[in-house]
Amino acid sequence: MRKLEIKKFLANNAVSILFVVIGVLGLRVSGLSLPFFLEDIVNRLARNSFMVLSLIIPVLAGLGLNFAIVLGAMAGQAAIIVVTHWKIPGISGILLSVLLAFPIAVLLGILTGRLLNRARGKEMITTLILGFFANGIYQLVFLLLVGSVIPMKNDVLVLSSGVGLRTSIDLTGGLKNGMDDLIRIPFPISAVIIGILLSGVYLFKYFFQKGTVRIGKLLGMGILGLFLVGWGAFHVYTHSMFNFVRVPVGTFLIVLGLCLFITFFTRTKLGQDMRTVGQDRHIAEVAGIDSDRVRIIAMVMSTVLASIGQIIFLQNLGTFSTYGSHEQAGMFAIAALLIGGASVAKATIGQALLGTLLFHTMFIVSPLAGRTLFGDAQLGEFFRAFVAYGIIGLSLALHSWKKQMLAREEARRSV
Amino acid sequence: MQYDNKKSQATVILEPILKTIRSFGIPRIIIILFLVSLWFSAAFLSIPFPALLYDTLIRLGMNTVLTLSMLPSILVGTSLFFGLPLGIICGLLGGVMSIELNLKGLTAFFAAIGFSIPLAILVGYGYGLLLNRVKGSEMTVGTYVGFAFVSLMSFGWVTLPFKNPEMAWAIGKGIRVTVSLEGRFSNVLNKLWAFEIYGIKIPTGALVFMGVLCLIVWLFLRTRVGLAMQECGMNPKFAKASGIDVDRMRILGTIISTILGAIGILTYAQGFGFLQLYEAPMYMGFIAAAAILIGGATLKTAKISHVIVGTFLFQGILVVALPVANTVATLGSLAEISRIIVSNGIILYALAQKGGNE
Amino acid sequence: MEGNGQIVLEMKNISKEYYGNKVLKGINLSVHKGEIHGIVGENGAGKSTLMNILFGMSVIHSTGGFEGSIEFLGKPVTISSPFDAMALGIGMVHQEFMLIPGYSVTENIKLNRETTKENVISRILGPGLQTLDWKSMGQDAKKALARLEMHIDEWAKVAGLPVGHMQFVEIARELDKEHIKLLVFDEPTAVLTETEADTLLSALRRLSENGISILFITHRLHEIMEVCQRITVLRDGVQVASKLKSETTIEELAQLMVGHSIEYMGKRKVNLTERKTILKIRDLKVLMPGETVQKVDLDIKEGEIFGIGGLAGQGKIGIANGVMGLYDSYGSVEFEGKEISINNPREVLKRGLALLSEDRRGVGLLLDMSVEMNIIAPAVEIQRKFLKKFGFFSLLDRSQIRSFALDMIQKLDIRCLSPDQPVKRLSGGNQQKVCIAKALALEPKLLFVSEPTRGIDIGAKKRVLDTLVELNQKNGMTIVLTSSELAELRSICDRIAIISEGRVMGILDPDAEDAQFGLLMAGEYAVR
Repeated sequence: MRKLEIKKFLANNAVSILFVVIGVLGLRVSGLSLPFFLEDIVNRLARNSFMVLSLIIPVLAGLGLNFAIVLGAMAGQAAIIVVTHWKIPGISGILLSVLLAFPIAVLLGILTGRLLNRARGKEMITTLILGFFANGIYQLVFLLLVGSVIPMKNDVLVLSSGVGLRTSIDLTGGLKNGMDDLIRIPFPISAVIIGILLSGVYLFKYFFQKGTVRIGKLLGMGILGLFLVGWGAFHVYTHSMFNFVRVPVGTFLIVLGLCLFITFFTRTKLGQDMRTVGQDRHIAEVAGIDSDRVRIIAMVMSTVLASIGQIIFLQNLGTFSTYGSHEQAGMFAIAALLIGGASVAKATIGQALLGTLLFHTMFIVSPLAGRTLFGDAQLGEFFRAFVAYGIIGLSLALHSWKKQMLAREEARRSV
Repeated sequence: MQYDNKKSQATVILEPILKTIRSFGIPRIIIILFLVSLWFSAAFLSIPFPALLYDTLIRLGMNTVLTLSMLPSILVGTSLFFGLPLGIICGLLGGVMSIELNLKGLTAFFAAIGFSIPLAILVGYGYGLLLNRVKGSEMTVGTYVGFAFVSLMSFGWVTLPFKNPEMAWAIGKGIRVTVSLEGRFSNVLNKLWAFEIYGIKIPTGALVFMGVLCLIVWLFLRTRVGLAMQECGMNPKFAKASGIDVDRMRILGTIISTILGAIGILTYAQGFGFLQLYEAPMYMGFIAAAAILIGGATLKTAKISHVIVGTFLFQGILVVALPVANTVATLGSLAEISRIIVSNGIILYALAQKGGNE
Repeated sequence: MEGNGQIVLEMKNISKEYYGNKVLKGINLSVHKGEIHGIVGENGAGKSTLMNILFGMSVIHSTGGFEGSIEFLGKPVTISSPFDAMALGIGMVHQEFMLIPGYSVTENIKLNRETTKENVISRILGPGLQTLDWKSMGQDAKKALARLEMHIDEWAKVAGLPVGHMQFVEIARELDKEHIKLLVFDEPTAVLTETEADTLLSALRRLSENGISILFITHRLHEIMEVCQRITVLRDGVQVASKLKSETTIEELAQLMVGHSIEYMGKRKVNLTERKTILKIRDLKVLMPGETVQKVDLDIKEGEIFGIGGLAGQGKIGIANGVMGLYDSYGSVEFEGKEISINNPREVLKRGLALLSEDRRGVGLLLDMSVEMNIIAPAVEIQRKFLKKFGFFSLLDRSQIRSFALDMIQKLDIRCLSPDQPVKRLSGGNQQKVCIAKALALEPKLLFVSEPTRGIDIGAKKRVLDTLVELNQKNGMTIVLTSSELAELRSICDRIAIISEGRVMGILDPDAEDAQFGLLMAGEYAVR
């Protein structure tokens, strides 16, 4: 029984486990020091988690992986360009860009949702192509129309010809780290806080929401929490390098807020309707749920969240490629989600966060590992791209294959 | 009975008219209008027309075979062939081998094709097996398998033991990102039997080559196996009930598409003058898909005429857009941007039509 | 209780036409409070149309509505959508479950009727964001299940439940709707085992004791006799009888259900005992969803027209599909004394069998292709006909194809503009003729014909049947005709096998008594 359970666990989490192994091996080969790695990974988690989380809701509504979060990313990016042009720095600039991006994202979300209602059963490929298409429109606007049709005078942002934006935009002195720098706490102290929170949450769940947490998990999480507290407390009083890793707590609080919102949302009437539509549209409609509307709402939510996600992403990065950043955002977020163990039909907050962690670990170590192993950092980069594309292809294929097998099984079982 | 007759009479008259309108469709009308208006503006800006037409013909010869690779895939029911990068890479490998063996001219070109076909058969077979397991999601899976294969092959280009210094980086290892075909098989088809008429140069060899391939596919579709393949695409249940092994046919269709992709990229490369390696093949599938859709194909039906007409219209726009844009203003990227918008727009349009499952 | 309570539902003089085809003629139906009212009839007798009218389904309204009136609790009502019916207190327990397997029993019972609580966010952003009140939902579910005396864990996932329990979840959902007054059960026992069916029947009785009226649609006559107080029999859209249970017997119901509609045209009684067996089927099992064949043994004689009848979903359709290899099958099939490997359509076709599929548009035709290509496609594939050799490859022979197609069009009277016309433009009857032509191009020795007249008009029906008889008599082709219409089978077949629950219930002569057919179809063994 026990053995079977372990086997099942391994089979269900094969992808994540593989990436844990790759990450750990890569870390050893790359020769990175732990504090250095932590600094990078903490930053990247703050940067990308929100974006990855924005993918969950469409999965819930049965729309699959929303490659069209690229559109949300564009909305966010457009807002950032405007705010940078207006030279509004820091957190106020960030808030303003969120506000500016909001109506654009809502509009794009509605359009995407309506398109998807026309392209039933072909949602994923449609969002994928829609991303490419929107990229063309985006380039048209920012490369050709800005400066020629849309008046904009700004020597820093606009190309010397006066038409079109430069290919990369620096946010230093503007939005850069506007959110991250609100509160920064050294890593050991953060570890103490997380440790307390972790054990606290599980204790609460164990005693007040009976049946949701088993004693084994409680003990595991409790021990992990205590370890974090102990480790953190120890390091606070040393001169270890860990104290120089400063965690952008403000950003993480926003991410936490989104996690809470998603959890809350799945327990609402609308969230339940979304799940129902995702499980079986026909039954949902017979029960009186307007599935088209629910799907549009899901797309709007995802697009809006992605626009915020991109703003968080870019303020953390501090510089971006005007015509490329959004493109990568979508693909990397999806790859991260899948690495966390999610599938086309199921995605959880835990999977999103774990996936972000594992994906970025691979991201950090693969060029370095490539250099050490093959004497060529570029090979590591190829590997990175291969993994991102491969994991998406693989999980799409597995999902479709599983569906086919299930249908066959169903036919056999109905006999 | 009378009622029946009346109805059929009405349909006799209306049918052809409706059919033409339907087969054209709104996006095609827009594209034709766009092309015509580009031509007019080209004339207005006194851009030499023969040069434009020559360019269009060259591009037609370069791109038609790539577009043709969509056809077997659509007909056999695996939808648009977004796995095209797989075929392209086979073709590129063939090209690289031919250079490695120091071949020149037409021999080099046909040797490259000869080398790439067995590879394409192998790769197409494997890809076909995969597609049979992901029925209904061929396009999404195909896209990402194609992308993944491209990045995997990037390893290959760096590590494969090709020695010819023409292809190598000046420093470092591996093959260059673009390998020049100058003195190899650059323009071999374009120059073959080329002649000039009314000031317009005709790249006869390229057009004949593309015509022969189209003819071969056209004939194939009229054989027993070709018919069986089309039955699979139109109605797999019908095919099964007629004793056809649908899965095998799908593999066959995929192999043919892959082979055409390999030949297609070599034809493209001879006109372009370079082999483009590494990430270059990634988005070529979308361009070829857009071309056949512009020609009038759907996700489920396609004809040879769609291939040729579509490639002509699409490449025509790209050829004319560039000089027109450059004359109007220095909007260097207009051609590139309109390529992105037109190609993805037409694919979106096809996806949003009723019917057909992904 | 019989007929003395308050009248809950009264449907008066209901008639319905589909495209000039009368499918219901002046039906009167009344259901009293707490009554269990049975409705029996063959497929196509009009049961489902009647229910579609009661539930205001869009298929009724998009085809011109219906004639007659409906009264509910003594008041005339218009029901223009299923939601109107729901609001009145009419519920339906579907034959195919409307359950989400991944959801718990409670979630399924409360589907789109979840109880919610307000919260801070919902006050700002609207009621869509109210949180679900799991506790009260669970209680409701428990209560509804308790009314059925079912003890299912209300938090269990539906996916793991036995089929019988799923049915109860479905019923509980209807019961949970407030003011439910009338429940319609559409063939509820079809998927249940015998004991599960018994539990269901006693649940029905309990509901009726609680004052809920029930319309019980089934073809299992003994179940009807067990629980119903009154029974309405439909046949060909006509209400042939409405009887109190005490006034009737199973045999009478069976007879009423089948009835006499077409005379046997059997002018050609043949002596079958002298003929040799051309097709021998042993232990055939076919995994065709919805039409499973459990275990069938049949001997088809050379040159006969053999009929296979039975109600929908009982497996009669599966036999031909199984032999032809279209669905996974087990067992042995001998053709002309030699074993043929089933699950291999190609070999079966090569041996000279062919199938005219019941799913004309789905399996039988390439809708976008021309008439002529449809006709010749299988013959090209199987027999390499219609090909012309050019050196080392062969191409389709256009002129040979055209002349064959024209010949068929003339012989079978296929109405089309030209052999080039796509078949999707043809009428149902003409499409069927294209299918026949397709089978003829293969020149089969034995032809399976499944539901050849389904969905085609009466004139065309007769022509299709005449063609079959002609093929049989002139060309000596053995024909196995599968049909839901008993009258059709009896008009041209030499023998008729009745299939129920995936088995042969009995083989009858076409002129056997109605009651015998009826009983076999209802799954009751005939009194020999």
